Amino acid sequence: MSSVAQKKGFGAWLWDWLTTVDHKKIGILYLLGGGFFFVLGGIEAVLIRIQLLHPNSDLISAGLFNQLITMHGTTMIFLAAMPILFGFMNAIMPLQIGARDVAFPFINSLGLWMFIFGGLFLNISWFMGQAPDAGWTSYTSLAITSEGHGVDFYSIGLQIAGGGTLMSGINFLVTIINMRAPGMTYMRMPLFTWTTFIASAMILFAFPPLTIGLFFLTFDRLFGGNFFDHTMGGNTIIWEHIFWIFGHPEVYILILPAFGIFSEIFPTFARKRLFGYTSMVFATVLIGFLGFMVWAHHMFTVGLGSTANAIFAVATMAIAVPTGVKIFNWLLTMWGGSIKVTVPMLYAIAFIPSFVMGGVTGIMQGAAPLDYQLHDSYFIVAHFHYVIVGGVVLGILAATHYWWPKMFGTMLSEGLGKLTFWTFFIGFHMTFLIQHWLGFWGMPRRVFTYMDGQGWNAANYISTVGAFFMSVGVIVLVINIIITTVKNERVGNDPWGDGRTLEWATQSPPVYYNFPQTPLVRGLDTVWIEKSEGNKSGVTPAVPLQDIHMPHGSIIPFLMSFGLFMAGFGAMFRLETSWGLSLLVFGLFWTFVTMSIRSVKDDLGYYVPKEEILRDMKREGGQK
Amino acid sequence: MDLNKKFTPETWPDNPETATFEAKNKFVGFWLFLGGEVILFATLFATYLALKNKGPAGLEFSTQELYELPLVFVMTMLLLTSSLTSVYAMYHLRNYNFRKMQLWLGITAFLGLGFLMLEVYEFTHYVQLGFTYGNSAFSSSFYTLVGTHGFHVAIGLVWITLLIFRNAKRGLNLYNATKYYTFSLYWHFIDVIWVFIFTAVYLMGVVG
Repeated sequence: MSSVAQKKGFGAWLWDWLTTVDHKKIGILYLLGGGFFFVLGGIEAVLIRIQLLHPNSDLISAGLFNQLITMHGTTMIFLAAMPILFGFMNAIMPLQIGARDVAFPFINSLGLWMFIFGGLFLNISWFMGQAPDAGWTSYTSLAITSEGHGVDFYSIGLQIAGGGTLMSGINFLVTIINMRAPGMTYMRMPLFTWTTFIASAMILFAFPPLTIGLFFLTFDRLFGGNFFDHTMGGNTIIWEHIFWIFGHPEVYILILPAFGIFSEIFPTFARKRLFGYTSMVFATVLIGFLGFMVWAHHMFTVGLGSTANAIFAVATMAIAVPTGVKIFNWLLTMWGGSIKVTVPMLYAIAFIPSFVMGGVTGIMQGAAPLDYQLHDSYFIVAHFHYVIVGGVVLGILAATHYWWPKMFGTMLSEGLGKLTFWTFFIGFHMTFLIQHWLGFWGMPRRVFTYMDGQGWNAANYISTVGAFFMSVGVIVLVINIIITTVKNERVGNDPWGDGRTLEWATQSPPVYYNFPQTPLVRGLDTVWIEKSEGNKSGVTPAVPLQDIHMPHGSIIPFLMSFGLFMAGFGAMFRLETSWGLSLLVFGLFWTFVTMSIRSVKDDLGYYVPKEEILRDMKREGGQK
Repeated sequence: MDLNKKFTPETWPDNPETATFEAKNKFVGFWLFLGGEVILFATLFATYLALKNKGPAGLEFSTQELYELPLVFVMTMLLLTSSLTSVYAMYHLRNYNFRKMQLWLGITAFLGLGFLMLEVYEFTHYVQLGFTYGNSAFSSSFYTLVGTHGFHVAIGLVWITLLIFRNAKRGLNLYNATKYYTFSLYWHFIDVIWVFIFTAVYLMGVVG
């Protein structure tokens, strides 16, 4: 990293990326990994839609269809949406609060590699006979009797990836609590930092139940446990509770950062301060809190009784209040602003009606009696795709265009970006709007085919064509990224010209120590304040120029995650192969040894000398 | 940070565990980690209470038949005392008395090891009675809850042993003070969880 020893060549380049603890590079790796799995999950989705194109289709067998829907859901939630959001959190959040780095760079890298190896582990199932087939919720009445190793890939793969998520969550929390620049009070933090903060807090409390649930599932299937086997006294409803105590907050872990992204984009392109900043913050906190109170609305039809159903129904509908506050704040931010319709702004504007539609159908299901009617129908599929795609995916696509110049120093094409937007947006509504009616017309979810003459043919056909449109949008985005990267036209600190928050005060892409001097924060949207006061250099420094302390890179996170990866295979083939047990023991031993090496080896980091920073600043100044 | 910088009790800061920036981060991060652990154990407790005494027909061990309070009482005393000795160790950490701190941590580890040996004895005893992991839903949830706690004790023992031996010749500095202090937080946490296990598993099990 430092200019002392810059080796050249592929080996050195690869080694640099495998050992990096720089939050910006880790952010890029999260985007790469998450993007790869997003495409994979997208291919699975298209296969599902192709199978449902015509009635009585026999392109895909029922068993394979189960594997496809399971892997599509699991991949999109755990391996695409969350890691991509983590990518932006990593790349942007420390810049927004004026920090040098995250609180625990080593753990940041460990979280990344655990996600990568967990994701690989899950997807290797395709090549080893059977993928998970019990649904992304893996209800145990299906999961513990599923043949083959599919569900084991699910439980162990998610365990590895989930561990990484939990560590990253703690890391972001400590970063925001301890590492804000002078003047950056909590009520001056940009909304994306706020939503990262609340989403991380939710991860801290939602992921331990998942850990335990997956542990139970693994032990039931592989080590003779009886948690869910009713003949041995077990109870499958325990899984449903544990899964949704994790699973419901999980949807807010996904949507809150997307809210944060839009809360950055609206003020930037309306060129107006975010309306109702304080109420936005409190709405975020309130959603974070209520997200934990409503898990049983996924279980209205289980038979918890009408009292429990009523309590959870009311709590569920209460979430509409803070969410409504947010929607009106966004609208009022645009009101009277001088709006510039860029690609990120297009996504932001399109997000409002799309997400409101998903939210309204959510309230409908929050009414327990109506939920009995809608349960397990295509209406549910339509609802959650409206919130996840209409909220989270639009947010991700907006952030990709918005922060691409900051992360890579070059701007995605606006023309191709608009093409992506329109194909994706039209495709999205075409695919999922009609599914609401499919639900009303009685089509159940999770069926691999349907009979002719039930009036579902045309709707399914439209839905599949919509999925093709969405695919075209994603392909155009990939082309856009390739063209942009090849052209590589450099941009300045603030390529949109209207940046408001601290990340726009440093170079694009930022130097590895982020800011030559820690900035002084003088209010909400501090870069905007400085700009409007005519400060050309961007931001007032809070400290004199001094040596900067930076962490060393390390290969240990990669090795440690690989140990867990090996142990996972060992656990799975423990009984049926001669090498299984030894691989399990070896993998765990490997993990603990690498952990111990980390703990006894002193790693105090190094200092970037003042002179080098001055040199960098001069070179930067010369380029302008 | 200079690892070789020697302090005196006078120059040693009042709160050595949070004296540096990295230490502050570790301190806050570790508290948050313990917050997550609370949820983890809460899930295990809820499952155990739901599956307590549940098993296949005709093959049931009940909590009343199984648990023996005298053994559990001795285990409890060992663990509670080890928490006290770790407090003495932290007292000496604050006063920059490395030798006494190491000594009290050694005693803490020794008591923890005693607890763990008794737990191993307890588990093997139950297994000999026929109460194995796969025996019933009750047995699975019992071994998972109490075993997860035992696993935490074992991790704590490895941790403190590594710390004691790694720093034997180096003495205290601001880098390892945080490591010692977070260990003591962890050890108290284990102790608190045990108090809940003692109550929710053993006392409630024997009473009915």
